[in-house]
Amino acid sequence: MNPMSRILAVTEQRDGTLRKVSFEVVTAGRRLADRVEATLDVLVLGGGPVSGVERLGEYGADRVLAARHAEFGLYNPDGYAATIASVAGDYRVILLAATATGRDLAPRVAARTGTGLATDVTEIAPGPDQSFVVTRPVYAGKALQRARLDGKPAIISIRPNTLQPVEQPRPGDLVELAVPAFTAKVKVREIKAPAEARLDVAEAPIVVSGGRGLKDPANFKLLEELADALGNAAVGASRAVVDAGWRDHGAQVGQTGKTVSPSLYFAIGISGAIQHLAGMRTAKTIVAINRDKDAPIFKVADYGIVGDLFEVVPRLTQEIRRLRGEG
Amino acid sequence: MKIAVCLKRVPDTTTKVTVGPDGKAIDEAGVKFVPNPYDEYALEEALKLKEAAGGGETVVYCLGPEAAQETVRAALAMGVDRGVLLQAPGSADGFEIAKALAAELRDGGYDVILFGKLAVDDYNHQVGVMTAELLGLPCISAISRLNISGGQAEAEREIEGGIEVITCSLPAAFTCDKGLNHPRLPSLKGIMAAKKKPLEVKPVTLGPGTIATVAIELPPERKPGKIVGEGADAVPELVRLLREEAKVI
Ligand SMILES: Cc1cc2nc3c(=O)[nH]c(=O)nc-3n(C[C@H](O)[C@H](O)[C@H](O)COP(=O)(O)OP(=O)(O)OC[C@H]3O[C@@H](n4cnc5c(N)ncnc54)[C@H](O)[C@@H]3O)c2cc1C
Ligand SMILES: Nc1ncnc2c1ncn2[C@@H]1O[C@H](COP(=O)(O)O)[C@@H](O)[C@H]1O
Repeated sequence: MNPMSRILAVTEQRDGTLRKVSFEVVTAGRRLADRVEATLDVLVLGGGPVSGVERLGEYGADRVLAARHAEFGLYNPDGYAATIASVAGDYRVILLAATATGRDLAPRVAARTGTGLATDVTEIAPGPDQSFVVTRPVYAGKALQRARLDGKPAIISIRPNTLQPVEQPRPGDLVELAVPAFTAKVKVREIKAPAEARLDVAEAPIVVSGGRGLKDPANFKLLEELADALGNAAVGASRAVVDAGWRDHGAQVGQTGKTVSPSLYFAIGISGAIQHLAGMRTAKTIVAINRDKDAPIFKVADYGIVGDLFEVVPRLTQEIRRLRGEG
Repeated sequence: MKIAVCLKRVPDTTTKVTVGPDGKAIDEAGVKFVPNPYDEYALEEALKLKEAAGGGETVVYCLGPEAAQETVRAALAMGVDRGVLLQAPGSADGFEIAKALAAELRDGGYDVILFGKLAVDDYNHQVGVMTAELLGLPCISAISRLNISGGQAEAEREIEGGIEVITCSLPAAFTCDKGLNHPRLPSLKGIMAAKKKPLEVKPVTLGPGTIATVAIELPPERKPGKIVGEGADAVPELVRLLREEAKVI
């Protein structure tokens, strides 16, 4: 089989269900496969049946490779990496998701394959001499890097939320893939629920973030109510309030927190320091609520309200509820 | 306990990024360089582990230009015992960095090797895990909690909507996330002591790698926004704009 004519997309499952980001990776793989006239194989690693696999063909998988192993229910770093590395030579490109799992797995695959890795990529185009040219944010999104990849295979992780899964039916024939022998040097024991069972800021389509302007941790209730009214929303925070212990560090948006690109981002009582902007400037629409009309956040906001958040936010929640027909 | 920390010199996070004359790197004129913030968690963890073990050695490794000696000194001022600067210009290919670090660390006899989860310049998010793979060491990445006892490690890492609990045995490598600890500030005594601590400079040559920067560009400017109004009375208009103009709700 000519490796120059095949692309591999690696999916991710949790509790036996494919995660949405997997369909984003498959969509990216399908697009690239069409541009370079390759076929797309989609890899599923799991401990048993994985639901969602039957839909991979709809999103453009020519073949679905199922790698099943008793220890693959939870993420198994060594086992997953060994499985992908065992077929890496058959592919021109290996695509993964730049998720918590993908960020751990991709460098393992690259090291075992002996080639470079481009992470958090937002665009891929064919380049000269069978290379690829990728675009990726660097310096916390303050700049974009265009990089040429000459690795065979080219190993690329795709930044979540940068493209919408698109249906493009292909056969999606299921093929079993043998898992090679491996030694599990690290073992994932369990997944604990986070302190707060909310959407993750890095994945939510809407993020409602609060800063020091909230005055007191208890006041984050206002933002939680707004997030609930909006639905599909996560509550984020500035570093100032995370460092003060008001919010979990997983909620921090910015240079030393998460980089988010939701369709709608609310910055409430957040001044807009450069390190905060670095984490959210790629949001599609930004709304700022701040009582200081000169706050830097207004420079990046699409819509701003100058005013006291303790008056504006409850009113906003009320209007959204009304819109949703609940109030 | 013998502990190594890999530390990168990066532009301060307040840097306003502009593109340099060759269009392939940022303009470094006037830029202040600091230790990578995530590596400070690694440094703090190393110091804590040595304190808890009641002895041992902490060594910091930095691959970078001559000016990175200053970055290594900053780590020595925090309390690290000695430093090694692998002098090289760097690479767009993180795998080449990992190879150079692995070659240096291989015979060091370390129980624990610590990295940051990512460097805030290239955002590569890879060098630590790759280095551990090259060394054949167990590696847990992006940890926000670490517990070591009796040669066993248990760590937690945040994943989307949950926390993974992971175990391995030592020797092992870890990459550090925010939340792991609170990095100490160097004391005046530490800064003075750092001047006398050993700092070895070794020139290294990196391979060409498979990744090259073609261009560094600034992201498209956001379109100027508008102030919808003042106070709660502006809310209905905001909601209308979000619905009808931005079409996001
Ligand atoms: C190495 C480094 C990394 C960093 N990384 C990050 C990061 O990842 N993320 C991050 O967010 N920060 C980061 N920072 C910190 C950053 O520089 C700022 O200190 C921080 O973002 C400020 O948080 P804030 O906006 O909540 O607080 P402030 O700057 O104090 O702003 C509070 C805002 O609330 C407004 N306000 C007050 N009361 C009200 C009210 N009643 N109604 C409406 N508005 C009100 C004020 O006008 C003000 O604009 C980093 C800093 C460093 C040095
Ligand atoms: N040039 C370097 N010198 C020493 N350590 C490095 C270097 N580059 C990366 N690292 C380490 O690898 C981590 C991840 O970096 P990166 O993969 O570039 O995001 C950093 O936090 C450092 O611990």
